[in-house]
Amino acid sequence: MSRIDGLFARKNPVFIGFTVAGDPGIGASFRVAKAMIDAGVDLLEIAIPYSDPVADGPVIERAHLRALRAGTTPDDVFALVRQVREHAPEVPVVLFTYYNIIHRRGPGRFFAEAAAAGADGVLIVDLPSEESGEVAPFAARHGIDRIALIAPTTSPERQHAILREASGFVYLISLEGVTGERDRLPPGIAGLVGAVREKTDLALAVGFGVSRPEHVRTVVEAGANGVIVGSALVRIIEEHPGDWPGMHEALRTAIVALRRGLIPDPEPDIPRRERVEG
Amino acid sequence: MKAGRYGVYGGQYVPETLMSALIELEETYGRVHEDPEFSRRLDWYLHEYAGRETPLTYCENLSRDLGCRVYLKREDLLHGGAHKLNNTLGQALMAKFMGKRRLIAETGAGQHGVATAIAGAALDLPVEVYMGEVDTRRQALNVFRMELLGARVIPVASGSRTLKDAINAAMRDWVANLRDTHYLLGSCVGPHPFPRIVRDFQSVIGEEARRQVLEREGRLPDTVVACVGGGSNAIGIFYPFVSDDVALVGVEAGGEGLDTPHHGASLSRGSVGVFQGALSYLLQDGDGQALETHSIAAGLDHPSVGPEHAMLKDSGRVRYEAVTDAEALKAFRYLSRTEGIIPALESAHAVAYALRAAGDLGEDGILVINLSGRGDKDVADVAKIPRGAA
Ligand SMILES: Cc1ncc(COP(=O)(O)O)c(C=O)c1O
Repeated sequence: MSRIDGLFARKNPVFIGFTVAGDPGIGASFRVAKAMIDAGVDLLEIAIPYSDPVADGPVIERAHLRALRAGTTPDDVFALVRQVREHAPEVPVVLFTYYNIIHRRGPGRFFAEAAAAGADGVLIVDLPSEESGEVAPFAARHGIDRIALIAPTTSPERQHAILREASGFVYLISLEGVTGERDRLPPGIAGLVGAVREKTDLALAVGFGVSRPEHVRTVVEAGANGVIVGSALVRIIEEHPGDWPGMHEALRTAIVALRRGLIPDPEPDIPRRERVEG
Repeated sequence: MKAGRYGVYGGQYVPETLMSALIELEETYGRVHEDPEFSRRLDWYLHEYAGRETPLTYCENLSRDLGCRVYLKREDLLHGGAHKLNNTLGQALMAKFMGKRRLIAETGAGQHGVATAIAGAALDLPVEVYMGEVDTRRQALNVFRMELLGARVIPVASGSRTLKDAINAAMRDWVANLRDTHYLLGSCVGPHPFPRIVRDFQSVIGEEARRQVLEREGRLPDTVVACVGGGSNAIGIFYPFVSDDVALVGVEAGGEGLDTPHHGASLSRGSVGVFQGALSYLLQDGDGQALETHSIAAGLDHPSVGPEHAMLKDSGRVRYEAVTDAEALKAFRYLSRTEGIIPALESAHAVAYALRAAGDLGEDGILVINLSGRGDKDVADVAKIPRGAA
C-alpha cells in the first residue's frame, strides 16, 4: 500500500498543510516543514517555486518569489523532500508544481528524482487531463501518485475522465478563483464532494480558501476525507521575517487550532446553524 | 495535427478551473464562425467604425533609399492607432454572443488595452485592464487614453511588473469571474483556442494586403516583414501568404543585443517550454523559470511567443530575425523623417529589419512591411533619449 493510501486508511479526516520549498530560505524551509509536521500536519504538500504561479493568489505568489530570490532550485526541493522523509518516514509528501518545471527537466528525469527523494505524489496544477498523457507513463513507472484536481466548474463528463487517471487522493478545488484566504467558503462544497463521491472510492480532500477552523469543520461535514490549508500558513511565514521562534509558535498555534475543526462537534445537541457561522 | 496544436506546439496548460471557460469559448467560436449575423456585425464594426480597409501605401522615398519597391500596410491608420482593434472588436462581439457582461485584458504598450477599451465602449461592456507598473509609467499616455475611454486600469506590482505579470493577473481575475467575464487576450498566445481566434481576427490584415498588392503590382510580393511580440500582427499578415511563394520574416526584440541577457527574442534565443497556457518557445533558465526580458518597445517585452510561430520557425516557413533597441530607434526617426509616418516602436523593429536587408531584393523586388501601429504613444519617451545615445 502506498504511503498516501496508508494514511487515509489509518486516519479520516486528515489535515494537509502546504508550504513553498525555499520559503523563507533554503535552510529555513526544512525547519518550517518539520514544525508543520510536529504540530500535526498529516500530509505535506511542498510546492516547487515557479516564476509565474497563475493559479495562486498574492500570498502564495509572494512565497514563490521569495523562494526564487533565495535561489531555490528543483534540486533543493528534492533535498528538502529527502530531509522530510528522514524526519517523518510515515508522512506522505506531495510535490505541487507548475508543469514547465517538469517539462524543462524532462518528465522521465523529474519523476525518477521525485521518487528517489521519497515523494509520494505529484500534483501538476496547470496540466489538465487533456495534456496529462505527457507524464502518465513516468509517474506510473516510478510509483508516484498523480493527484488529480476537480474544480466547481468541472463538468460531470470531465470528472469521469479525470477520475479515470487519478490515484492517491482527489484534490477538490472549493471555489472559482485562485488560492488565498477567504472569510467564508462558498456554499457548493457539499454538493461537489457528494457528486465526486458517487464516482470514486478515492479519498477526497478540499483546498483553496480553507483558512479557519470553522472552514475545516464545514469541509469535513461535507463528507471530505481531508482538508488542505495553504495561504493561512504561508502568511505566517511572511509575517515573521527573521523571527524563527515567533514563526514557529504561530505555525504551531494555527495548525493546532485548524486541526480542532477536524474533530466532530463535542456537543451534538447544539443546533447546526449556530455552529456553522463564517 | 491534434486540435489546438500547431505541430507539437500550443495546447491547454491551464488550471482545471479554467477548462470550462476554454471549452465554452471554443464552442462559441465554432458557432459564430458560421453565423452570418456575427460576420455582418463584425464587418460593420471593422468598416464603418474602425476604418477598414487600411491602405497599402507605396513609399517612394523609402523605395528609393532601399533600392526596391516598398509598401507599408497601414495598421497605424486603424482606429485606435494599431492592429489590436481587429481582434478586440471580434472578441468583444463574441463576448456579447456569449452573454458576458464584463471584459478584462492585459496590456504591455497600452495599445491592446486602448483597443479593448474602445471595443468595450462601442459594445457597451465595462472594461478592466491589467498593466505592469513599469509599463504604466513608460506608456503613461495610453493609461490616460484608456481611462478617457471609460476603462479601469489596474497596475500590476508583482514579478517583473511588465506584460507577463499583467497576463498572470488577468488570468487570476478570469479564474475567479469566469461566468460573467470574458478575458480578451491581446495576442496569439495563451491556451487554445486563443491563438486560433486571434490569428483569424487578425488575418484581415494579410487578406487585404494580398489583394491590394496583386491589384497594384499584378503579382505577389517577394518579402513580407512584421514585428513579433506575441505575434498577432505578424501572424495576421503572414497567414494568407503561407501557401504562397513569398518570403516571410518576423522581427523580434533584440534589446541590447542577443548576446546580452537584455532582449525579448524568444524564437531566436529561447528554448521550448510551457508558459501561460501553451507550449512554445520561451526565454527561460535551466530550471524552467521565465527570464526577465527587455525591449525599448513595451509591446515586444515578453518572454514567450504564440505557438503557431514556433511551428513556422521549426518548419522554416518563416524566418525570425532580431533588431536591437538602437536599430529600432534609428528606424523610428528615419521613417518619421523620410515618409512623414511616425511608427510605433514595435513596428519600427520591422522597418529596421527592412533597412538592414532590403538591398538583397533588387530594384524590381517588392517588400511589404506591416506597420502595426503609430508612434504617438512613444514620442514622449523617445524625446527623453539624447540623440547621440542611440
Ligand atoms: C503597435 C504594436 N505592434 C506590435 C505589438 C506586438 O504584439 P503582436 O506581436 O501580438 O503584434 C504591439 C503590442 O502591444 C503593438 O502595440
